[in-house]
Amino acid sequence: SCPLSTRCCAPSSAAPAMNCRAEVLEVSVEGRQVEEAMLAVLHTVLLHRSTGKFHYKKEGTYSIGTVGTQDVDCDFIDFAYVRVSSEELDRALRKAVGEFKDALRGSGSDGMGQISLEFYQKKKSRWPFSDECIPWELWTIKVNVVNLANEQERQICREKVGEKLCEKIINIVEVMNRHEYLPKMPTQSEVDNVFDTSLKDVQPYLYKISYQITDSLGTSVTTTMRRLIKDTLAL
Amino acid sequence: AMDTDLSSQDRKDLDKFIKFFALKTVQVIVQARLGEKICTRSSSSPTGSDWFNLAIKDIPEVTHEAKKALAGQLPAVGRSMCVEISLKTSEGDSMELEIWCLEMNEKCDKEIKVSYTVYNRLSLLLKSLLAITRVTPAYRLSRKQGHEYVILYRIYFGEVQLSGLGEGFQTVRVGTVGTPVGTITLSCAYRINLAFMSTRQFERTPPIMGIIIDHFVDRPYPSSSPMHPCNYRAGEDNGAVYPSVEDSQEVCTTSFSTSPPSQCVFTVTKAHFQTPPPVVTDTLKVPVMGLAFSHQLSSSRLSYQPAALGVGSADMGYPALFAGGLNAAHPHQLIGPGKEGGVPPVPSQPAHGTQADQERMCTPLDGVHYSAATPSSSEDTETVSNSSEGKCGSPHDLLETIFIRKVGAFVNKPINQVTMANLDIPFAMFAPKNVELEDNDPMVNPPESPETESPLQGSLHSEGSSGSSTGNTHDDFVMIDFKPAFSKDDILPMDLGTFYREFQNPPQLSSLSIDIGAQSMAEDLDSLPEKLAVHEKNVKEFDAFVETLQ
Repeated sequence: SCPLSTRCCAPSSAAPAMNCRAEVLEVSVEGRQVEEAMLAVLHTVLLHRSTGKFHYKKEGTYSIGTVGTQDVDCDFIDFAYVRVSSEELDRALRKAVGEFKDALRGSGSDGMGQISLEFYQKKKSRWPFSDECIPWELWTIKVNVVNLANEQERQICREKVGEKLCEKIINIVEVMNRHEYLPKMPTQSEVDNVFDTSLKDVQPYLYKISYQITDSLGTSVTTTMRRLIKDTLAL
Repeated sequence: AMDTDLSSQDRKDLDKFIKFFALKTVQVIVQARLGEKICTRSSSSPTGSDWFNLAIKDIPEVTHEAKKALAGQLPAVGRSMCVEISLKTSEGDSMELEIWCLEMNEKCDKEIKVSYTVYNRLSLLLKSLLAITRVTPAYRLSRKQGHEYVILYRIYFGEVQLSGLGEGFQTVRVGTVGTPVGTITLSCAYRINLAFMSTRQFERTPPIMGIIIDHFVDRPYPSSSPMHPCNYRAGEDNGAVYPSVEDSQEVCTTSFSTSPPSQCVFTVTKAHFQTPPPVVTDTLKVPVMGLAFSHQLSSSRLSYQPAALGVGSADMGYPALFAGGLNAAHPHQLIGPGKEGGVPPVPSQPAHGTQADQERMCTPLDGVHYSAATPSSSEDTETVSNSSEGKCGSPHDLLETIFIRKVGAFVNKPINQVTMANLDIPFAMFAPKNVELEDNDPMVNPPESPETESPLQGSLHSEGSSGSSTGNTHDDFVMIDFKPAFSKDDILPMDLGTFYREFQNPPQLSSLSIDIGAQSMAEDLDSLPEKLAVHEKNVKEFDAFVETLQ
């Protein structure tokens, strides 16, 4: 169940709710490529799911800040991707991916796991009922860690994984282009139910990241991480 | 499209959105092929100059070229805006790599809200473009451009020409946005067959030993839209020849309304400006003065250097040379003085931006005028008739560069024709090859130093070295045929040639060479205690030896 404080969010069910579209991507990578591959995919999704900061003015109008972007080169993969220029967001993702990578490496893992990025909306309920978190988009990346024997195989892996990631980026863009459900633009009082407004330079949709590791027995060990946004832990 | 369904304000807005979307699309594509990492900053408070809420810098030359190609028109059915990316080697051969197409089809979405949904979807599409431009093969090629090749771009408007991409080219769709006047689609067709073009479009004279020749030939078809290097060099004197304040700074402060949801209030905040605009037919068209781009490009250098034409071969890396044929009389080069079309060169000061703005504003950028497609007065008049055709001759006719490098005394082929395996690019096949295959020439591809335990053992035969992952260490050292003057040695069973090859490099450390007969790591570890015992036994001798060194 959701580890978040009950005041802010009721547990979201394991299965995606109705009308929540789910996309699954699979990659096979070498151990040292896990972080970069995950960051590439997560950042690409969040690039499309982040806007500039909203500034509400009188009469219900608002203006939108500017989102900058930057190129990131991978060290262990022949690959480069674009991410939103926000150090806070990058730190949050790196933290999540780092934990995922450590868990994958941990004992009991045979190198298989998945990391999920879920976008949700908060629906306020009246006291004593707690707010609901309603997911509207779920991205799952299944990872299979391979071990390679020699440098030549590693070199081939660099290129192959790079090509695979190119395909994943194209897949992500295809999904984004469908222009399917997006939460309605909120009024000022509702903005925190739709967007994460805690970052100072960009405004992604509310999201949470969780991961699962498949242990060697094939059973799934769920580790749900806290949301990395201070927002939910704030009073 | 029926204008009756679309309010005139909406129509104006839509046309403006499409126009600036086209300009930003070109910027994203060209900047992605500069060969450098792009970095722009996010800004929480809207600066009023960022279209689609994205920080995309406007390179003035690129905007200028795009506007010239569009000539006041907008993408429409049958009239697509295309950005062609091609590669040009230092030998003068070129090859089309990609065509990015911004097209419009007839499928209309009447219900969609222009100033809100269309705008946001165009923003999303630009983000997708940012992502996709990094995953096509040309991206990696462009990151490695410089000495052996450069990446060029060309913008044209009209019919899409994909024939230059070779067989079996692939397409990737970036995305679509429906509007009340049609559906905008953005896609890329890219070459996958990177084997070099078999038909050379122009003669190459063979290199002449010992002579430096830099010969630029005028473009045979000056009316066709030229290619431009996607590359810049920082210059001391950054006198930009184009006004740096483009009208893309107009209009960007947009407000969105959430109440009630069906209404979209599109308001513009007027920014402070020093001189009143001469004609403001459109409330959205406010020249924004004194607004500086707050974006910092931390990792890219987008400044321009005046061309030093006729530079010698030492400056191989400069794209101006490879772009060839672009001398001072042809102003479309990114570097260099002079400017066609009658617009005088202006220093990069905002005041002149107004001037340029004023020049453009003589042609009201009203949506109605786009259908007429005849700009009455603008700086674009000169090339309208040509660029509106779209295709003006094959791009390969454009540039004829006879460019011969300085060659060393011992070499009968250009220096740059080193082993293809050395070129760290994914498609090494594309590089030009001379008639005689140099791969088989052991002097051009010297063999790797053989991995043997002792210099006296091991193979005396040269091993092929092309394509090995450890690379070729003899790249910049080219020898002609090595016929040693001395006969075989008495002591060692080898001649001077093999001796030289054998001992060119220090031998591999024996601990690093993997031999079937060699001990495994575990055995090594096992034998350590023994070795230590031996050393301990002789410790007195060692100490005495050390004493003698004091």
